[in-house]
Amino acid sequence: MNQIVLQKLKAQFGDALLESHEFRGELTVVVAADRIVEVCRFLKTGEFRYDLLADLCGLDMYTPVKRFCVVYNLYSFQHRHRLRLKVFAEESHPHVPTVTMVWATANWHERETYDMFGILFDGHPDLRRIYMPDDFEHYPLRKDFPLMGIPGSLQLPKK
Amino acid sequence: MGLEQALGDSLMLTKIEDAVNWCRKNSLFPMPMGISCCAIEMMAFAGPRFDSSRFGSEVFRFSPRQADVMIVAGTTTYKMAKVVRKIYDQMPDPKWVIAMGACTSSGGMYRTYSVVQGIDLFLPVDLYVAGCPPRPDNLLNALMILQKKVQRGESRGSSTALIGDFPHHHRSPSIPE
Amino acid sequence: METTATREIGRKSTILQALEDQNTSFTFNDPLENDLILNMGPQHPATHGVLRLLVRLDGETVIGCVPEVGYLHRGYEKLAESSSYHEFIPHTDRLDYLSPLSNNVAYILAVEKLLGIEAPPRAQYLRTIITELARLSSHLLWLGSMAMDVGALTVFMWSFREREKLYDIFENLVGARFTTSHTRIGGLAHDMTPQAEGMIRTFIDDFPENLRECERLLNKNRIFVGRTDGIGVITREQAIDLGVTGPCLRACGVSHDLRRANPYLVYQQLEFDVPVYEGGDSLARYYVRMDEMKESRRMLVQLLEKIPQGSIHAFEPKKVLPKKERIYTRMEELIHDFMLINFGVDPPVGEIYHAVEAPKGELGFYFYSNGDGNPWRMKIRSPSFVNLQALPVLLQGSMISDIVAIIGSLDPVMGEADK
Repeated sequence: MNQIVLQKLKAQFGDALLESHEFRGELTVVVAADRIVEVCRFLKTGEFRYDLLADLCGLDMYTPVKRFCVVYNLYSFQHRHRLRLKVFAEESHPHVPTVTMVWATANWHERETYDMFGILFDGHPDLRRIYMPDDFEHYPLRKDFPLMGIPGSLQLPKK
Repeated sequence: MGLEQALGDSLMLTKIEDAVNWCRKNSLFPMPMGISCCAIEMMAFAGPRFDSSRFGSEVFRFSPRQADVMIVAGTTTYKMAKVVRKIYDQMPDPKWVIAMGACTSSGGMYRTYSVVQGIDLFLPVDLYVAGCPPRPDNLLNALMILQKKVQRGESRGSSTALIGDFPHHHRSPSIPE
Repeated sequence: METTATREIGRKSTILQALEDQNTSFTFNDPLENDLILNMGPQHPATHGVLRLLVRLDGETVIGCVPEVGYLHRGYEKLAESSSYHEFIPHTDRLDYLSPLSNNVAYILAVEKLLGIEAPPRAQYLRTIITELARLSSHLLWLGSMAMDVGALTVFMWSFREREKLYDIFENLVGARFTTSHTRIGGLAHDMTPQAEGMIRTFIDDFPENLRECERLLNKNRIFVGRTDGIGVITREQAIDLGVTGPCLRACGVSHDLRRANPYLVYQQLEFDVPVYEGGDSLARYYVRMDEMKESRRMLVQLLEKIPQGSIHAFEPKKVLPKKERIYTRMEELIHDFMLINFGVDPPVGEIYHAVEAPKGELGFYFYSNGDGNPWRMKIRSPSFVNLQALPVLLQGSMISDIVAIIGSLDPVMGEADK
C-alpha cells in the first residue's frame, strides 16, 4: 500500500515531493511548503480518501537551515492506512500555508503549533495562543527555551 | 458545684468560642477546586465508600460564597492561578485551604515552565496532604486534622478576628499581606 | 475591546458596539436585540475540569461558543524531551486520568514499535485485560458524571460503587488504586496473581446486573431522554472533518474502531462487536458507551479463558529493565540496568506514530527519535483536545441547560486536552 501511494503521489506532484522514506512500515513524504495544500487536497478527495487528519504537530530540528518542520499524520478509513507528510520551514521565515480549508480539525492543531513553536500559518482564520496565556512572549517547545521557563515571563497573583 | 450537680446532664457549660468552633468543625462545607487527577480521588472521597458527609461535609458547595474550606485538588498552572486566587478571595471568613496532593504542595512531578511550584506561593495554606494522588482515606485524615485546627480557632487565611480572639487566646497569626 | 466571541460570529449587538465606541449616553429601545456573553469559567461544577466556555446567548439560546483550554497545560511534551522513555511512564498516567492503565499501554506500545521489540503473549493478554478494565472504569465515571449533570444523582453513587470495586482490583493487580504506571518496555511491572484473577472474575460476574440497575433508571426515563434526545447533533461529515474519534464518531454512524481496523495487542483473537448508532445526538453517544461497557465485559470473559502461561518480559537484555533480584547478584544485569537507567534505551533514528483506541477516542503518540535515550520530540494526539473542537458545532442552537448535557455526553478530560 505504501508503494502504491508513493507512485501515485510522484506521478501527480513529481517535483513537489522532496524526499520519502519508510520506517517500521510507515511512509513519510517530505513535501515542499508551498504545494502542501494541493497535496493534501489530492490525498483527501482523490482515490485514497485520507479523511482524517489524525495529528498535526511541529518539530524543532535545531539546525541552522530548515529548522522547523510541520508533520501531518493522515489516516484513511477506507484503506485503513496511515501516511505522514512533512513540511520544512526556515527560522527566518517560519510560514507554512494552512490546511484548515481541507480538514477543519487542523484549526486547533495549528494554533497549538503556533503557540509552542512560533510557526505562522498563512490563511488561518484565528491564529492565537491556545495553551499559554495570550500575552506570553516566548515559544515553549523550541529547543532554546529552558524547561523551567524564563523567570518573570508568567505572573502570579499576590499572596 | 451547685448548679451542675443540681441540673446534671441537662446543662452544658462552655465558652461561646468553643461552642461556635465545635459547630464550625462539624459542618465544614468544602469547595472543591478540582483541577486534575486529584479531583477524581476527591470525588471518591465524596462517594459512597469513603463518605465525607459523615464527617459533616455534607455537600460540596461549588459556590465560594457558601463554602468554608477550599480543597485545591490538581496541578495549578500560572493561567489557572489567577482564577484560584479570585475564587479564594470570594470566600467569606473564616476560611481554610487544604492543598491536596503533591502538585499543589510543591509543584509535584511537574517542574516545568507553566506549573506553579506550590500554591502556597499565592495562597495561605492550612493543610498539605501528601500523595499523588492522596488516597481518599488520607484526605479524610486531613479533614479530621483540619477539624482539630478549627476547634482551636486557628486559620491561616482569615484576616478578620475569629470568635474569641482575645489577646490572651493562642492563635497562629495570619500571613501578613 | 473586540472579544473573541464577536470575532467568531461577526454580527455585533448594538450594546457591544456602543461599548466599543465608548458611547456613555447610549439608549436602546428594544432590550431583546442584545446578546449576552456568558463566561462558564474554568471553575464550574459541570464543565468536567478546567474548561472555559465563552458562550454568546440570545436569550437562552446559544448562538456561538468559544472554548478556551490551556488551564491545565503542564508541559508534558517538553518534559518528555528531558526524560528517558522509562521515566515518562508515570507521566502518562495523568493524561486521561480516568483510565490511567489505558494510557500506559498506549505509550508503551508506541515505544515498543519504535524500538522494534514485542512483548511475550502473556504480557499482551494482560495488557488487553488492563486496557479493558480501564475502559470500564472510564465509562463508569462518564456514566456517573453525565447522569449527575443531567440530574440523576443516584447513578453517580452507584457507578462510584462499581468503580471502587475496580480500584480494589487495580490495587491488587498493580499496587496502586489510581496512578498505576504498570507497563514497562518489553512487558509489565509484575504478573497477575491468582487472587487478582479471582477478583476480576467476581467483578465481571456481578457487573451486568449492576449495569442493568443503572440502565433501568435512565434508559426509559422521560427526563433523561428528553434532555439528551436530539440534543447536540453532529453530522457524519462534520464529525470526520473535525477529527472527532471514539464513541462520539461511532454515534454518528461511522463504524471505525482501531481495535477492529488496525488491531494491536490480542484484539484480533477476540470476538466483539463495535456498537454503532445513527443520530449523532447525546442519546446515541450514551447508547454507544453503554454498549461498549457490555462488549468490554464480554472481552474480559474471553481473555481470562484464553490467557496463556509464560513470562511477561521480553528477552531483550539491552532494552528491557532486568529484574531487581538479578541486578544485585549478576554482572550483566547490573551493567544493563546501569546503562538503561542512566543513558536510556538505545532507539534507532526515525519517527513513528502509533495510535490505540482509548476510551475517549484515538490516543496517538508521535515520536521523533535521533538515537538518544530521550525522545527528541514526543507529540501526544489526545482525543479530548480534538473532540472539544467540535463543541461550537454541537452547541449551535441549543439552550444553556443543554450545554451541560452535551459536554457530559462528549466526555472530555482536561488533563489530556491540555497535556
